Amino acid sequence: MPLDTVTPFTPLASTLGGFLIGLSAVLVMAVFGRIAGISGITTGALPLRRDDWDWRLAFVAGLIAAPLLVLAATGTPVRQTVPTDLLAMAIAGLLVGFGTVMGSGCTSGHGVCGLARLSPRSLVAVLTFMATAFVTVLVLRHIV
Amino acid sequence: MRIVLGFLSGLLFGVGLILAGMSDPAKVLNFLDVFGTFDPSLAFVMGGAAITTFLGYRLVWRRERPLLLADFQIPGRRDIDGDLVLGAATFGIGWGIGGFCPGPAWTALPLAAPGTLVFLPAMLIGMALATILKERRTAVA
Repeated sequence: MPLDTVTPFTPLASTLGGFLIGLSAVLVMAVFGRIAGISGITTGALPLRRDDWDWRLAFVAGLIAAPLLVLAATGTPVRQTVPTDLLAMAIAGLLVGFGTVMGSGCTSGHGVCGLARLSPRSLVAVLTFMATAFVTVLVLRHIV
Repeated sequence: MRIVLGFLSGLLFGVGLILAGMSDPAKVLNFLDVFGTFDPSLAFVMGGAAITTFLGYRLVWRRERPLLLADFQIPGRRDIDGDLVLGAATFGIGWGIGGFCPGPAWTALPLAAPGTLVFLPAMLIGMALATILKERRTAVA
């Protein structure tokens, strides 16, 4: 499937998926008292200087195990279409990694947890990364 | 117990991403493509997740402390600085190119698409570079 073909509108599944993501964020706060931001969890998963890296590494392992659980439960592999331009993906990865650490959060830390805390920093971050993402797709798909 | 609950939280998060369609870069890029093959589904992901978290946090914060660690650590900063805005702007450009943010990139790993296998290590390098840069500046200041 080429990338710019229509993907079906799935309000129900997406709301339910969002609910599970929210439940996970609440669980992390209830058990560990921390924000469930994936960029922060990723950088905190190495035993460098923090002492509570172990649950973060386990969290990342859980993320990785999720498609295997879905495959085991439903018998169908998870469908996805990933861009195939590897140079573009390398640049994208660098920008996402650098930007999320520089900006102290990503879609989960600022987008889900930050908005839920009514944090003004997170609101600014979300509006900013949404805006540059919209403009990037606009330029790449409709202008270049 | 920390390992088990950490793993289960990550698993729940990952299954949520998959069910929501957020683990599919094509769906993410279509959400961002308002003037093309627009798919508004991800607004429902964000909405469902943020509302659940908003309500859940308020229940959790009635307790003295979290279950397994000593205290709640919640970011207290409220200032808007250059790092926040420039970092978020940089992240958005990468998100718009690749269709991956950090969570879905991890969840996509075992599906082993070539684009994922390039994106993920590049993301970790980017995170390491930003971490080093931030620490150097703190050391100088």
